Amino acid sequence: MLTVIFPMTLGAAALGAMLGWASVRFRVDGSPLIDEIENALPQTQCGQCGFPGCRAYAEAIENGARIDLCPPGGEAGARRLADLLGRDPPAPGMEEPSPQAAVIDEQRCIGCTLCIQACPVDAIVGAAKQLHTVVGTLCTGCELCVPPCPMECIQMKAVTENIDNWAWKYPVFGIRRVN
Amino acid sequence: MTRKPAIDTTKGSRVEMTEKFHRNEEQNKPDRPELPGSSATGFISPPYLSRNASVRRVMVQVLAALLPGIVVYAALIGPAIVLQLSIASVTALLAEAAMLKLRGRALFPFLTDGSALVTAWLIALTFPPIAPWWLTVIGVLMAIVITKHLYGGLGQNPFNPAMAGFAACLVSFPALMSQWPSVTAPAHFIDQAAAIFGGARSLDALTSATPLDALKTALRLAGPGATVSAALADTNIYGYVAGRAWEWVAAAYLLGGLWLAGRKIIRWHAPAGFLSGLALISAACWLSDPERFASPLFHVFSGGALLGAFFIVTDPVSGCISGKGKFIFGFSAGILAYIIRVFGGYPDGVAFAVLILNLCAPLIDALTRPPIFGMKKK
Amino acid sequence: MFRKLFSFKGGIKPDTYKAVSTREPIGIAPLPSTLIVPLHQHAGGRAIPRVRAGDRVLKGQCIGEADGWISSAVHAPASGKVLAVENRMAAHPSGLPTLSVVIEPDGLDEWACLHPLRYQALSPEKTRECLRDAGIVGLGGAAFPTHAKLSAAKQTAMEAIVINGAECEPFMTCDDMLMRERAEGIVSGAAFFRELLDPKKVLIGIEDNKPEAIAAMSEAAKRFGSDFEVIAIPARYPAGGAKQLIRALTGKEIPASRRSPEMGVQCFNVGTAYSAWRFITFGEPLVSRIVTLTGNVENARNWETRIGTPFREFVALGHPGHDTNGFLMGGPMMGFEIPGMDAPVVKSSNCVIAAATSLFPPPPAEMPCIRCGSCAEACPHELQPFELYRFARVKNFDRAREFALDECIECGCCAYVCPSRIPLVQYFRFAKSGVQARLREKEKAESARSRVERRKAREARAKAEKAERLAAGAQASGMDASKKTAVQAAIERARQDRETIQAGNANDAETGDRYDEGQPR
Repeated sequence: MLTVIFPMTLGAAALGAMLGWASVRFRVDGSPLIDEIENALPQTQCGQCGFPGCRAYAEAIENGARIDLCPPGGEAGARRLADLLGRDPPAPGMEEPSPQAAVIDEQRCIGCTLCIQACPVDAIVGAAKQLHTVVGTLCTGCELCVPPCPMECIQMKAVTENIDNWAWKYPVFGIRRVN
Repeated sequence: MTRKPAIDTTKGSRVEMTEKFHRNEEQNKPDRPELPGSSATGFISPPYLSRNASVRRVMVQVLAALLPGIVVYAALIGPAIVLQLSIASVTALLAEAAMLKLRGRALFPFLTDGSALVTAWLIALTFPPIAPWWLTVIGVLMAIVITKHLYGGLGQNPFNPAMAGFAACLVSFPALMSQWPSVTAPAHFIDQAAAIFGGARSLDALTSATPLDALKTALRLAGPGATVSAALADTNIYGYVAGRAWEWVAAAYLLGGLWLAGRKIIRWHAPAGFLSGLALISAACWLSDPERFASPLFHVFSGGALLGAFFIVTDPVSGCISGKGKFIFGFSAGILAYIIRVFGGYPDGVAFAVLILNLCAPLIDALTRPPIFGMKKK
Repeated sequence: MFRKLFSFKGGIKPDTYKAVSTREPIGIAPLPSTLIVPLHQHAGGRAIPRVRAGDRVLKGQCIGEADGWISSAVHAPASGKVLAVENRMAAHPSGLPTLSVVIEPDGLDEWACLHPLRYQALSPEKTRECLRDAGIVGLGGAAFPTHAKLSAAKQTAMEAIVINGAECEPFMTCDDMLMRERAEGIVSGAAFFRELLDPKKVLIGIEDNKPEAIAAMSEAAKRFGSDFEVIAIPARYPAGGAKQLIRALTGKEIPASRRSPEMGVQCFNVGTAYSAWRFITFGEPLVSRIVTLTGNVENARNWETRIGTPFREFVALGHPGHDTNGFLMGGPMMGFEIPGMDAPVVKSSNCVIAAATSLFPPPPAEMPCIRCGSCAEACPHELQPFELYRFARVKNFDRAREFALDECIECGCCAYVCPSRIPLVQYFRFAKSGVQARLREKEKAESARSRVERRKAREARAKAEKAERLAAGAQASGMDASKKTAVQAAIERARQDRETIQAGNANDAETGDRYDEGQPR
C-alpha cells in the first residue's frame, strides 16, 4: 500500500514543482493574443464598437466581447477574428465597410485646433488660427473630428476609386437562375 | 484673410477637374457600357481567343467512344442494352432537370452538357442488360441525385456517380445484379425486353454466370483439386482469352478508349496505370501458381476492366489531376480491383476499387503536386 | 551553329493572324490634332509635370520629370502649345483618369536641341540617369523603366542578356516589322546594353515563324562576332514572356521572388533596344513607338506612332469595319479592351486590334470546373490554375497564395484551353488585387497604430513635463508665504475639480453615454 502511495506522491510533487518553476521561468507578460487581435483590427480608432480605440476593443474581445462590433472591419474583419480566436464566424449580413476620409472645408475653417486634438491618428495638420487640413492618406475615417468642429466644416467623403487603388473586379457573369 | 485667394484657386481647379472628368465620361458612354463585368465585345477579361473547347464537346466525344462497345454488346450479348441505355438516359435527364430546378440552376447549359448522359450510359453498360427497368432507374437516381447533385452538381462530386450507383445497387440487389444473359444462345430482343419490364422473373433459361463469376464459383466449389485450366475449358462461357463474347465487347471498349486518348480527351496515364496495375498483380499471382490464378490477359479482358480503364478511372472530377497522380490512381485501382475480384466476395471489383480510390484522390493530388516553375529542386 | 535549346512546359498554339499586318512596311502615322500624354506611362512613380497650360513645347522636350529611381521622364511628342495639364482617361482597363499633358501640335515638328549620348565618357550611373531622363522604358508591354534593369547584381556575374524578339502574341507584328526593317539599330542598342551589363553573351530569341526577321537580325549581328547569337525558338505562346524566353534560351527558371540579374540574365525587348540606340546615337528621347493596327480593319499595318495620339485618330488609319464592337490594346491573350477612344497611345501600346464578333466570338456562360487538368497542362509556369481558381472564387486569397498565385504571369493559357470557359485570368487578377489591397490596408493600419501609440506617449510626456515645470516654477520664484498658500489652495481646488470631472467621465464611459454622444451616426 505504502509502496504505491509513496512514489505516486513523490511523482506528483516533482511534477507540481516543475510546473510551478515553469510558470515562473516562462512567464509571459501581457497577453500576446491581445496584440494579435489588435493586428486584426483595422486601426481606425473610431470607437464605433463602444470601446475607446482598437486596443481597448482587442482587450475586450480577449475578455469575451463580441467580435462583430467593428463596422470598419466589416464581415471580412470579423471573419479574421473568428479564425484567430476559433470562435463562430459572424452571422452574414454585416454591412460592407465603405472607406471614407475626412475633408475640411478650407473656407470655413477658423483654425481652432479642436479637430487636431480629437484626431486619434494624427492625421490633421495645422496650428492655432491657421488653416487645418486632413492628410488624406493617413485619415482612417473614424469621424471623431466631426463633432468637435465648431464651424461644422468637416465632412466625411467616401474614398473613391482612382487609378492607383483600382482593383480588378470579381468576374460577375456566371450561371444565374433562369426564371 | 490672406489665405483666401489661395483657397479660391484650389477650390476652382477641383471643381473644374471633376467637371472635365464627367464630361469625358459623357463622351465615352457609347464606347463603354455601364454594367460592370460586361463590355462591348462581350468579354470581361482576356484572353479573347479560345481553343473553343467545351464540356459538351468533351462529353459527346466520350459518348462517341462508347459506341463501338455498345454495338458489339448489342450484337453478341443482348440487344436489350439499347433499351437499358434509353431507360438510363431518360431517367438521367429527368433527374438532372429536376435537381437543377430544385437547386435553382439554369437548365439549358447543364442538361445539354452531356455529363448526365455519360453517367447514364456507364450505368446501363455496367448493369446486367436484363435487369428490371426499376433497378436501372434506381441506379441512375442514386448516381445523379445523390452522388452528383447532393454534392454540388457537375464538377463537385467526390465519387464517380456511375460507380456509386452501380455499387449501391450491387449491395442492395445482389441477386438481380448477377443475372446476366447467356452468351451461348442470346435471347431475342422481345424476351429480354419482357425480362426488363417485369412479368415472370424465372429467367434461368435466359441467364448464365459471367466469366469472372463462373471462374470464382468453379474454383471454390470444386475444392482443392480445381484448376483454372479445367474451369476455362468450358467453351460455353469462355472464349479465346476471356469470356466468350465479352472479350469482344472489351476489345471494342479498348478501341474507343484508344481513340479518346488519341484525341487527347483523356490522358494516357490513368488507363495505363490501371491496366498495368491489374496486369502486374495478376501476372505475379499467375506466375506463382497458374493453376489457381487466371492469366493477366484473362483479367484485362474480363468484367469491367477495359470499360473502367478508359471510361471510369479517367473521370476527371473524382480522379487525380497531375499525370503522376493519375497513374498512381489508376495503378492502385487496378491492384485493388484484382484483389477484390480474386480474393473478395464480389465477382468484379472495378467499381469498389474506383470508389475507394476516389476517397484517396485528394491525398494523391496533394502528394503529387508538380513543382512550380522556378521553384524546382536542382 | 548547334545550340542546345531548352524548353518550357505548357503553352498553347493559337492561330497567329500575323501575316495581314506584315504586308506593308512600317508607316509613319500622321500628326494628330491633339496629343494627350499621360504622366504615368511606366511602372513606378508618376512623373512630375514640368510644363503649364499655355507653354510652348518643342518635340522631345521634357514635360514630366522622373519621380524617384523607379520612374521615368515623359517628353513632348511634337512641338506645340500645352493646352492643359489635367486628368484625362488613361489607356488602362479601368478607364479612370490620370494626370496628362494635353498638347496641341503646331505642325512644325520642331525638335528640341538634342545631343547624342557619349556614354563611353560617362560613368555607368550617369548613363543610367540619362536613360531615365530620356524616358526609355520597356516597350514589350510592361513599361518597366529600362535604366533600372541595367545594373548587374553584385554577387552574380552576368551570363547573358536576352533580346526578346519572340513576339508570341497573335495579331501582333510590331517587333517583327521592327526587326525586319531596323535590325541594325536593335543590335546596336543591344551592344549598348552589353557595355553596361557586361554579359558573356547576347542572345536574341525570335520565334521561328518570322524567317525574315531572323535573317535580318542574323545579318546585323554578324558585325559583333560570336558573342551575339540569333536563335530561332519554336513558336509557341507564351515563348515571348520574359521568363519563358530566358528559360528557352538559357535553361534558367526565375521565380517571382527573384530578379533575373541575380541569376545572371536580363531580358530586353527589341523595341527597347532600338529606342535606346536612337537615344544614344541621335539624342532622341522616347516620343514614338511602333504600333500594330490590325484585326477587323481594311488596312492592317504597323505605324510609327507618337505617344499621346488618341486612339480615335489612330484607329482611323486602318479604316475599321462597321461591325467593329470594340478595340483591344495589346494582344488578344493579355491585352484589354480600350475603355474609350479618347484614351491615348502610350509607351506600352504595342498593338491595337479592332474586335468583331467574327474574330472574337463572345464566350458562352461559365460552367463549373470539371477538374480536367487542361489548365495545369497549359500553364507555362507549371501552376495548378484549377486550384487557384477554387480559392480565388471563394476569395480565400491566403490559400490561393499557398498555391503560388504570385507566380502567375496572367498569360491566359489556362483560360484559352478551359472547356468550362471560366474567366480564370480575371479570377487570378481579382485575387491578386485582393492581396494587394489587403497589404495596403495592413500597412495603413500598422502606421495608424504606431501613430496612436506615439500620440499617447507624447501626451503622457507633455503632461509629465507640464507638472514638472509647474512644480519647479513654484519653488524657484521666491514667493511669500501667503501667496504661496493661495496658489497651493488654487492648485488643490483645481485638482479636486479635475477629479470630480474624471470620475464623471469614468461613469459615462462605463454606461457608454460618452460614445453614444460622440457618434454622429
